[in-house]
Amino acid sequence: MQGLLDQYEPGDFFDEMFEAQGNPRPHYSLLAERFATMDLAELERKRILAERSYLNQGITFTVYSGEEGTERIMPFDLIPRIIPAQEWQHIERGLTQRLQALNLFLHDIYHDQRILKEGVIPQEIILSAKHFRPELMGFNVPRDLYIHVCGTDLIRGRDGTYYVLEDNGRCPSGVSYLLENRQAMKRVFPKLFSRYSVRPVDRYPQELLSALRHIAPGGNPDPTVVVLTPGIFNSAYFEHSFLARAMGIEIVVGPDLVVQNSRVFMKTTKGLKQVDVIYRRIDDDFLDPKFFRKDSVLGVPGLVEAYRAGHVSLANALGTGVADDKVTYYYVPEMIRFYLGEEPILPNVKTYLSAVEDDRRYILEHLSELVVKAANESGGYGMMIGPHASQEEIAKFRAAIIADPRGYVAQPVINLSRSPCHCGDSIEGRHVDLRPYVLAGEKITIVPGGLTRVAMRKGSLVVNSSQGGGSKDTWVLDEEDVVC
Amino acid sequence: MLSRVADACFWLSRYVERAEAIARILDVNNQLLLDFEDQNGATPEQHWQPILATLEDQELYTEFHDGITGDQVMAFVTFEKKNPNSLISCVTLARENARTVREQISSEMWEQINRLYLHMHTPAARAAFFESPIGFYRSFVDNLHWFQGVTDATMTHGEGWQFLQVGKFLERADSTSRVLDIKYHILLPRGERVGGAVDITQWMAVLRSCSAMEAFLKISRGQVSGGRVAEFLILHDSFPRSLRFCVDSLDTALHNISGCNRAHFSNEAERLCGMLRSSLDYATVDAIFQVGLHQYLGETQKRLTEICDAFVSEYGHWLEEDLVGSE
Repeated sequence: MQGLLDQYEPGDFFDEMFEAQGNPRPHYSLLAERFATMDLAELERKRILAERSYLNQGITFTVYSGEEGTERIMPFDLIPRIIPAQEWQHIERGLTQRLQALNLFLHDIYHDQRILKEGVIPQEIILSAKHFRPELMGFNVPRDLYIHVCGTDLIRGRDGTYYVLEDNGRCPSGVSYLLENRQAMKRVFPKLFSRYSVRPVDRYPQELLSALRHIAPGGNPDPTVVVLTPGIFNSAYFEHSFLARAMGIEIVVGPDLVVQNSRVFMKTTKGLKQVDVIYRRIDDDFLDPKFFRKDSVLGVPGLVEAYRAGHVSLANALGTGVADDKVTYYYVPEMIRFYLGEEPILPNVKTYLSAVEDDRRYILEHLSELVVKAANESGGYGMMIGPHASQEEIAKFRAAIIADPRGYVAQPVINLSRSPCHCGDSIEGRHVDLRPYVLAGEKITIVPGGLTRVAMRKGSLVVNSSQGGGSKDTWVLDEEDVVC
Repeated sequence: MLSRVADACFWLSRYVERAEAIARILDVNNQLLLDFEDQNGATPEQHWQPILATLEDQELYTEFHDGITGDQVMAFVTFEKKNPNSLISCVTLARENARTVREQISSEMWEQINRLYLHMHTPAARAAFFESPIGFYRSFVDNLHWFQGVTDATMTHGEGWQFLQVGKFLERADSTSRVLDIKYHILLPRGERVGGAVDITQWMAVLRSCSAMEAFLKISRGQVSGGRVAEFLILHDSFPRSLRFCVDSLDTALHNISGCNRAHFSNEAERLCGMLRSSLDYATVDAIFQVGLHQYLGETQKRLTEICDAFVSEYGHWLEEDLVGSE
């Protein structure tokens, strides 16, 4: 082998592509051959081609500075991440198990609270959760499903083990990039793509739609389903409109909807039309100014009333934020044992709760070695990576933890696995994670693969797009096609 | 279809059509200028002031510039973001509207208008403009035609498409009436008479602004006069930019939206449009000149505005008022 990847240094990490320098893993060998025939100029040409297609299609997010917002594309890396069939089966089983447990957990804590009464999870942990909604106690959601769309973040440690880092059970985003990255790869690497037997991802929108139709009030066989977006200025607007288009349904903003007699209607050119299911991409807090934040202009006054009357369904359901809490996360393996009587297939990352006295002492003594996270933040905010933090930052987090022990958790620094990435004039290893999208409808389905997010900055462990992260296409190989 | 979406389709289409009309006017005026530059002592003001008057941009222009020069006017009408009627503003607004209705329009339509938007914001666009304004405007119009073609070929001709038609023909009728009126603002140089060489060249420029030169010559057998040009651009029944054709198409689209038979009306917009349509069906150019062309065109523009207002309140009334009982 020679060429582009010759000089590539896997480094002291789990490398997705290379077992050792110059020695690609078996499922990457075809890819390595293809890249050996390429030079940087060709790769750069392909990158520009892909980038232009993203820009023309408006697959952008808006960065505001000055009077006019500039539109940026999320950096896209052309070297795909490949997951062999067996590895994927393991992930798929683990994610299915996890989402089943989370949905059972949410039903339980909004009804009998068995898991609290039996002392598996301390009561005060849940009752003090910022996103627990006591108003919804006893309320029955259609089909007992709370999280219909879950974006679970997986990472791999030094030995390649997959761990669950976070369960995103509110409004996880990014699936449009998963789908568009695939389109881009087919365009720029048609031959390579066809030599691998990559499992397709394009049925995601149809599966999402059937999961949404599954929760129609009263089992209505022909419900009107809409996507509710905060609007064109939201950074994920492209995705909202993309999904609406791909499902063939309307995309609405708050002012398009009106509530009358506890029913939700949209304002059309032919009068009012009743809406049955809302795939909402607005957080609980902003959904209904009559119920949650009074200052929200994004929501629909009266929506919660219609929801509680059972005349409209929301996906995800209200109140799922409690499962997203990073303190709740700590207990998910326990939930799996409690509700399913099974051992967790995908382990959690070792986590310390600052609400627990022994853990807190350990955290405060080891701040400079740990990753500290606020329990209810996402998108890479409210987080400190100890080894990279300044003294002031550490002092700030120390004070915050002491002031609000329930509000923080800590984890050892995991050196996420790396994958070769095209970085300017060389190919270098960058840390990646994997966010599969898990849908709970009639049954749980997962589109093969997920969004591989890349921390584009050298050495960085933060993959979030709001923090300058990029992405890669993720290829899950077909079973028959195990390349040896 | 959502009222907000219908409204966005309507405006998307209006802005695309408006951009085309403005680009044509600039192109033709530029060419006229080249024809006459050395022949009469007309100042740049005399040449460009009618353009600003036609586009109703005069007031804003004087806030930005002291004197009138061709380059300044063209740059103002082409690239000035603070001018809501500039090409760049029209394209930006068309694209913003398209962005809110991406699930209604086809991806091809979106990509075309988005590409044009991105291009207009590049230094390459300005360089092309400075190198050859005529070439720039031609290729700009080509891009908009591409959009129109892709719209007809890739979008379902359903309700959303009908709203695009309403926007297109309402705007086009308005543009044609303004282009015709340009002649009212252009003064003939001293010593030139009506029907003389300069007069005829100016009328031919009006035809070119509407892309009507070839179509006109086919039926006029070489005779160009104010009366004949006005007759063609107002009353021709099948030239796609004549007032009569536009109003007829507008009327069809309005009735397609409501499902009402074209012999009747089901709302105020249809009633007003039907009246304008029948007055165009039975008008003669002599009667128009008796009223006075400028007068007649002004009156027509007013009637188009009334149709637009009635249309917006018929289909978009949710957008303005809160529903009774919804708090």
